[in-house]
Amino acid sequence: MAQMNMIEAIRSAMDVKMSQDPDVLVFGEDVGYFGGVFRCTAGLQEKHGLHRCFDTPISEGGIMGIAIGMAAHGLRPIAEIQFADYIYPGYDQIASEAARLRYRSNGQFTAPLTIRTPVGGGIYGGQTHSQSPEALFTHISGLKTVIPSNPYDAKGLLITAIEDNDPVLFLEPKRLYNGLFEGDPHSPAKSWAGHKFGEVPEGHYTVPFEKARHIAEGTDVTILAYGTMVWVAEATAREMGVSADILDLRSLLPLDLESISESVQKTGRCVILHEATRTSGFGAELSAQVQESCFYHLEAPIERVTGWDTPYPHAQEWAYFPGPIRVSKAIRRVLEG
Amino acid sequence: MSEIGLPFKNGLKMSKRSNQSRLYVPEPPFRPGDKPDYSYITVPADHSPPRPDPMVDHHETSDHSLGLIRVMRFNGELAGEWNPGLSADTLRTALKNMSINRAMDDRMFKMQRQGKLSFYMKSTGEEAISCAHTMALQDGDMIFPTYRQVGILIARGCPMKDMMCQLLSNKGDALEGKSLPVLYSFRDYGFFTVSGNLGTQLIQGVGWGMACAYKGTDDIASVFTGEGATAEGDFHYALNFASTYRAPCIINVVNNQWAISSFQGIAAGEGETFAARGVGYGLATLRVDGNDFLAVYAATQWAAERARRGGGATVIEHFTYRKEGHSTSDDPTKYRPENEGEVWPFGDPLDRLRHHLVTIDEWDDARETAMQEEIAAYIRDAYKSAEKLGSLSTETGIDPLTMFEQVYEELPGHLKDQREDFKSEWAEKLG
Ligand SMILES: Cc1ncc(C[n+]2csc(CCOP(=O)(O)OP(=O)(O)O)c2C)c(N)n1
Repeated sequence: MAQMNMIEAIRSAMDVKMSQDPDVLVFGEDVGYFGGVFRCTAGLQEKHGLHRCFDTPISEGGIMGIAIGMAAHGLRPIAEIQFADYIYPGYDQIASEAARLRYRSNGQFTAPLTIRTPVGGGIYGGQTHSQSPEALFTHISGLKTVIPSNPYDAKGLLITAIEDNDPVLFLEPKRLYNGLFEGDPHSPAKSWAGHKFGEVPEGHYTVPFEKARHIAEGTDVTILAYGTMVWVAEATAREMGVSADILDLRSLLPLDLESISESVQKTGRCVILHEATRTSGFGAELSAQVQESCFYHLEAPIERVTGWDTPYPHAQEWAYFPGPIRVSKAIRRVLEG
Repeated sequence: MSEIGLPFKNGLKMSKRSNQSRLYVPEPPFRPGDKPDYSYITVPADHSPPRPDPMVDHHETSDHSLGLIRVMRFNGELAGEWNPGLSADTLRTALKNMSINRAMDDRMFKMQRQGKLSFYMKSTGEEAISCAHTMALQDGDMIFPTYRQVGILIARGCPMKDMMCQLLSNKGDALEGKSLPVLYSFRDYGFFTVSGNLGTQLIQGVGWGMACAYKGTDDIASVFTGEGATAEGDFHYALNFASTYRAPCIINVVNNQWAISSFQGIAAGEGETFAARGVGYGLATLRVDGNDFLAVYAATQWAAERARRGGGATVIEHFTYRKEGHSTSDDPTKYRPENEGEVWPFGDPLDRLRHHLVTIDEWDDARETAMQEEIAAYIRDAYKSAEKLGSLSTETGIDPLTMFEQVYEELPGHLKDQREDFKSEWAEKLG
């Protein structure tokens, strides 16, 4: 076991796979010599060679396109998109091509590629360094979307993604890269060092898709969260003294509906959290699924806590972010309902 | 080919073939620890190519895409057909604009380091490009800049305090803190709102130019990109549409050698210039020494005349060097030699214009000192009055409810509801 923050865990996953499998390669803007603007690929070029970790032109459509061609040929490319906010020029290649290559060719051609990209706010990045576009991707058939909330899961899920024979979008909550964030921008960041999920095996291991993680066991309310919001949920429920069953979904598509239903059927109450805008967000899908599978167990309306339906503002970042106040109000409403 | 500043032709310096694979990956000539040597770039001494009539067939400018238009010699003299013949007064204004740009950059960089603003980007070494380009355009021309052309605003007389309020995200910011510092928007100064998404605005500028033509106005559009972002599809859309519709616009590629940590060979492959991208699209193409105020001015003037007279778009590559880090989040010593900027063979744009003015006896130390003092006071006063209106590190003074405004013209029902929810949340937060 080693102590790793999320950046180191992600790097370690790529390093392990690159060492094991010569068909794994990494590319993206500034990922080569420099090692990425968040340092996730630092040292990989030096260790594995120029041809296995290299810079690309600033062209997200191009990055996705070569990843598909390479993957179809048999390589296992890991493409980094510098910020999820910049993924849109690659959207056509992802939605129309990578996700459908298998179906269109009836299995003759496939795209076993991994797209890594940082998501979420909390760094005063304004409209173009803060978005959480997961719902634009979970709407696509043929693509898998996962999002870890801690170093241990990040490494295990990334290895699973690289080994998966279908395209996987691997979202990295940038606010969690260097430490745990509980929703209060003014309190000091908590380092991953010393945290149980900061203990990461150095070698190969996997964390399965379609399997949520129990962050806390409780009886009064189920909280469904992923990415940054997992720790906001955990801290808020703890602070309120609520007995919450908190699920870190980790894998949005495919989704672990079994654990979700089991939990909501036990508690009868459900709060769904995400940082992304509300309307047509992934919370809407979760709410529908919970309603369909747990209707007769529900004792209160399902609540969604999300970012507002506006672009991510720069100066008003913390007024936008669904922090502890918004979360606790929803929990209270659901408990009173 | 060495004249065009590409280190790769004629076996001058070939990038290494990747160690264990036939896959070719380009690498920059120098990395940290290397001694940068630009002897492969011959600075053109004769200051040609010739200046054709702005309405020539675009084929007649294809050589210009490989040459380098220069007006100022390093000895301070002017040479060649491109000399725009500007008055000493105009040149002094130019020097002042560029000096304000540099002083502002230094001040705001420091303020970012002190935590007053979240982010900043300097344009050090590239001041001549934005200032000269703007001074050669008309006020009605809309410019679609990147984050590295604050000189446009300075040259158009935008009040320094207004810019600083945007940088501080305070209540004096016309954008009410909605955007990241440096992503200015000043419609009144012909400065299109800067998007953080690279490349997107190139094709929008072409559309603006098409609208100018449609309306029968004399105005044109001018769009900017760094060389790195020419890799985006939008750049190619822009060249294509500009060609098809003969859009009255100028497409500027600022080749400052670096796109964060990627050298220019990543953006476009080695062995061809960025200006030459325009040739295949049937556009006029000019390549200019971006550290030469007069050359940038002259090239802009030429392209603007061509656009206004119905000759269509010109691609201008401004050849320069990004002297500082990409932004306050960047440390360039991690990927390029520390002194690369100092040995860059095209000098500093401010020094060069100053040297010319001294050579023609229109500038001296006393005037320089006076100007620098005036600028220092201007920046200091503007910053003081801007900071009085708040900052991100203290109180922005911006009403948080403005967050819901300008998503749409009118607030739809769901946003009204969310605004109400936010009000009660805010009340709880304030206790
Ligand atoms: C679509 C998109 N992809 C990536 C980025 C991240 N990014 C911001 S600036 C930059 C480098 C741009 O380099 P260049 O175009 O050469 O301009 P310069 O910064 O050198 O002026 C990158 C990759 C972005 N802003 N938008």
